[in-house]
Amino acid sequence: MAEALRLSGLVKRFGGLTATDGVSLEVAQGDIHALIGPNGAGKTTLIHQISGALAPDAGSVSLLGRDITGLSMHERVNAGLARSYQITQLFRRFSVIDNLALAASARLGSSFRFWRAARDDPRAREEARQLAGRVDLAHRLDADANALAHGEQRRLEIGLALATRPRVLLLDEPLAGLGPEESARMVDLIAALRERCTLLLVEHDMDAVFRLADCVSVLVSGRIVATGTPAAIREDPVVKQAYLGDEALPPPATPSAGVTHV
Amino acid sequence: MATALHHPARAGVLLPALAGAALLPALLIWLDEPFYLVLASRIMIYALAAISLNLLVGFGGMVSFGHAAYFGTGAYVVGIAATHGLQSAWLSWPLAMAMAAAAAALIGVISLRTRGVYFIMITLAFAQMMFYVFVSLKEYGGEDGLALGARSAVWPGLDLKSDTVFYYVTLVVVVAAIGLLWRVVNSRFGQTLQGVRENETRMEASGFPVMRIKLAAFVIAGAMAGLAGALAANQNDMASPGMLSWHQSGMLLIMVILGGVGRFLGPALGAVVLLGLEEVVSGYTLHWQFLVGAVLVAVVLFAPDGLATLGRRWRRG
Repeated sequence: MAEALRLSGLVKRFGGLTATDGVSLEVAQGDIHALIGPNGAGKTTLIHQISGALAPDAGSVSLLGRDITGLSMHERVNAGLARSYQITQLFRRFSVIDNLALAASARLGSSFRFWRAARDDPRAREEARQLAGRVDLAHRLDADANALAHGEQRRLEIGLALATRPRVLLLDEPLAGLGPEESARMVDLIAALRERCTLLLVEHDMDAVFRLADCVSVLVSGRIVATGTPAAIREDPVVKQAYLGDEALPPPATPSAGVTHV
Repeated sequence: MATALHHPARAGVLLPALAGAALLPALLIWLDEPFYLVLASRIMIYALAAISLNLLVGFGGMVSFGHAAYFGTGAYVVGIAATHGLQSAWLSWPLAMAMAAAAAALIGVISLRTRGVYFIMITLAFAQMMFYVFVSLKEYGGEDGLALGARSAVWPGLDLKSDTVFYYVTLVVVVAAIGLLWRVVNSRFGQTLQGVRENETRMEASGFPVMRIKLAAFVIAGAMAGLAGALAANQNDMASPGMLSWHQSGMLLIMVILGGVGRFLGPALGAVVLLGLEEVVSGYTLHWQFLVGAVLVAVVLFAPDGLATLGRRWRRG
């Protein structure tokens, strides 16, 4: 079985800065794979290259065994790769159901149909209702996205990504700005997604990462420095040092078992 | 099923407006003011051009400052076709639409790569380039414009020279074209376009080919502006570079803003108000544009969503 997602030797430079420095990564099907790293490590730049928002200078991305490096963002989405954004990307002046129906309609046939009234096709709305239920917004269908609380907007963001029925979903800091209660709710929601798709999760909230992830990769200065199970990563001295930037720690004599260092 | 993406036709507004338009020639003859029929035709032509621009500005979020390019192209195609002996409206008007659409496709492919102010400036720049192209076409009149030897032939026995015939032909063509645009706005394509206006990033991330959708809107709007231009050439008995000038593009934008950006029929109201003001006030003073400016400021301040929303505000009190 091919990996859900495979990155090989991705490089991205911005002028003199190498934001992504030869990243190779495999995400197994059905896994929740977390990507952690300090601020400025290049996590979002990496997500942009996977989703197609940025073109890498070198390297390749493959989805379910298919090379998608040359595909545009919307082509990758249609190939089964969706993403959420750190800063929510909603249709702010539209209601929750309009948001979800619009996102769902991409799969329901060509956008280049000019005559028949779109509202005569009930499929997108039916799907929007189901999606709203899945992200706990069924009671807010007619509210404008603008009027939603921050936590609700975060859940709508996930709903919009799910509307594409992804095989692989990239979540870019889905817990950003959420309080403890809302965070717990979002963690439950993400855990429930495990059934539907493979997840690559970028997140700062370590409690959530260690609760959700099957596998964790650590990105520091554009490089993956370690990949392993949450337990192994938590105890790994290389990770501790790199991630915390704690130079007082002595360098480890031997890496811990179960962690692959690069 | 309430949705902000659907723009229903209100029979309470449309039917009286259509009935009024159909009866206008009789009314004007009775009032002995037949000249206003020419003004009414002109308003309808500009209403079509402004509504097509609103497909871009109001529904696609693309503030094009070069819409006159397609309007003028349509006019010139009819003029040039006529000088080569092609009189039939059934051929030259669709040809005007096709050429305007082609111009829109070319300009769109390049300008749609930019955003915001850059998009405004690049569309303006392309329209000015086309303005100078037609100015330099000496064999087609150059700066003076190209006189139409005769108006287009629509049907045996129907002579567009007659103001009444021209009025009714314009009415039929404009209503049909606006009806078509209305279907487009409410189609799956139209909803997708409105999604692009709201959030391009999310549309791309939902799997929509955003660039192609915007380009298609550009081409449709260009074709419709070209049709309006074909009608305008017939009404003016000529095609002139002035029809492609940035004043013209600005006037279309003012109609859109006056009437209501994103209100489907708003620009038609904008055309009525702007051309009506020009007609009435220019009888008293050369500085009629001063008053137009004042009206525009008042609308932007007190009815920022356009005159088309005034009725609703009134009812709400």
